[in-house]
Amino acid sequence: MIGEHLIIAPILIPFVTGALMLLYDDRRRAAKFWLSIVSAAAQLLIAVQLVIRAKTGGDVSDWEGISFYLLGDWAAPYGIVLVLDRLAAMMLVLTGLLAIPSLVYAHAGWNRQGPHYYSLFQFLLMGLNGAFLTGDLFNLFVFFEILLAASYGLLLHGSGQLRVRAGMHYIAINLAASLLFLIGVSLIYGVTGTLNMAHLANLIAAMPGENRPLLHAAVAVLAVAFLVKAGSWPLSFWLPTAYMAAAAPVGAMFAIMTKVGIYAIVRLSMLLFGDTGGASAGFGAGILIILGMATVLFGLLGVLSSQGLGRMAAHSVLISSGTVLGITGFALAGGGPGMLAGALYYLVASTLATSALFLLIEPMSREDGGIAAMLALTADAYGLDGADLDEVPDAGLAIPATMTVLGICFALCVLMLAGLPPLPGFIGKIAMVQALMAQTALPAGLAWSFIALLILSGFATLIGMARIGIQTFWSGDLVLPRVLALEIAPVIALLAVLAMTTVKAEAMLRYTAGTAQALHDTAAYAFGVFATPRAADRAPDDQGDDP
Amino acid sequence: MEIILSAAIGILSASGIWLVLRPRSFQVIVGLCLLSYAVNLFIFAMGRLTPGAPPIMPKGGFVDPTLYADPLPQALVLTAIVISFATTALFLVVMIASRGLTGTDHVDGKERSQ
Repeated sequence: MIGEHLIIAPILIPFVTGALMLLYDDRRRAAKFWLSIVSAAAQLLIAVQLVIRAKTGGDVSDWEGISFYLLGDWAAPYGIVLVLDRLAAMMLVLTGLLAIPSLVYAHAGWNRQGPHYYSLFQFLLMGLNGAFLTGDLFNLFVFFEILLAASYGLLLHGSGQLRVRAGMHYIAINLAASLLFLIGVSLIYGVTGTLNMAHLANLIAAMPGENRPLLHAAVAVLAVAFLVKAGSWPLSFWLPTAYMAAAAPVGAMFAIMTKVGIYAIVRLSMLLFGDTGGASAGFGAGILIILGMATVLFGLLGVLSSQGLGRMAAHSVLISSGTVLGITGFALAGGGPGMLAGALYYLVASTLATSALFLLIEPMSREDGGIAAMLALTADAYGLDGADLDEVPDAGLAIPATMTVLGICFALCVLMLAGLPPLPGFIGKIAMVQALMAQTALPAGLAWSFIALLILSGFATLIGMARIGIQTFWSGDLVLPRVLALEIAPVIALLAVLAMTTVKAEAMLRYTAGTAQALHDTAAYAFGVFATPRAADRAPDDQGDDP
Repeated sequence: MEIILSAAIGILSASGIWLVLRPRSFQVIVGLCLLSYAVNLFIFAMGRLTPGAPPIMPKGGFVDPTLYADPLPQALVLTAIVISFATTALFLVVMIASRGLTGTDHVDGKERSQ
């Protein structure tokens, strides 16, 4: 029975941890740190457990590996459901994998730059996990707001003029996007009378023709809200400034924030406008392809024209976003599940790599003095320089051969983002290119131009990053930055995970192929939720089954 | 009734959008407030307009749903109001911090002439 309730654990654990930590004074940093680490590790373990369940199935409420959890024991579609399928489980693991290194990195010093860092971090995790798990549109809105509210706090963490200005733009954009989200959701409710995603997928095939334009408009408005979060081209001008201004560990966590938008787009478009969409099948595919290509192009030009590493990393987030968006468009237009499998693999790998890059930026540019000065200033502003209750020794271990270690880590990140063998960026791109060449549903010219863009974006990343790398590591008058072991360990851990995704590439690609297949074949998702029995109806049977 | 409500939503969102695009942060926040009022009214309208009908049905027996208002949009509006109120308050704090740090209320943190 406990196994059944495991689905809600990724939401409850960070919620309880975050709330608990609010009760304690901010100076008990070590205690808060260990509490956060335990919470994040528990989430990761549970997420891995959930992946295994999604892969093998075999639970009471189980439809081809998809598990449903009726909140409050209300029968669908009247209550809110949590849905765990392969895609959701994969995103949960990715969140857990990013959270732990980011927390460790923050412990080296960033957590001291403002109040309630760890609580905000846990609430961000709660919002992310909830958004990945929920099967209800309005509940999705609520979890989006939770993760956004936490991200506002985290973006402003450390304060300073640059951050407050970037934060103000970020908040204004996201408030406007949330309003669009609400318009889209309520319009969908007005047309169909349901907010349950599975129920929507059921209704859409048989929907009367005169209602379809309104539904399409509603979904398009909703999609604009998601595209803002995903950083799609005409809506992405806020992104580089905001990500660059964020503190390093926050930036590393923000690498997955764009992926929430992507996740929502992949989930909803495949569910509503896949093959079972009736007359609406394939709606929006062309626009997604074009937006994806434009985003990749914008990111590519941005990487080439950026002067600083921070801005460059932010633009490489855009490239990764745009690639997955474009592929979603192709898959929606009937390109087959193969390319989506490659894109999901690429999504995992590129998120890990950009996260590692965000963690590397700050140690690499430390000798400039800019950040150190800013840190001292904000510490004064918050009066946080005072005595620590926990007496954290300020130093920790500084690593030897700093530049060599930093240089190797940086080179690995670049290789990954540029998509050169043997790292997973290459494997993901190969899988996508292969599927794009094989597809026949769309004009070959479109597929070829996307392939060209994909390869060009890798090339541009390589040029841009190599330029920065040469400036940083090979310039003569170099003051050696003092980098703590705590700061480099998370980067190495992330790179080790990347290495694992290379070694285990076949198993992972098999998993993502199953995911893509499940996304195309929506029947299990759409009907499973209605076949899920309420606990109240099921209880007598369960007792009878006990030996 | 329909005309009045749709005109109200239209005017609110038009003024809201115009204000959001203005350069002063105070105008932006008032614009966002107006937009959120418009959206709240819109959500409300999505439950269809049923004047004088209660959203709560009596327990048990057969009830004719046409005699009652749709309760779900009302619950959604309540949630949306709370969330937009909280985020607007947060935005206000950031705005005041920005005013203090930069000495101007321009959204970019500097006047155009500088």
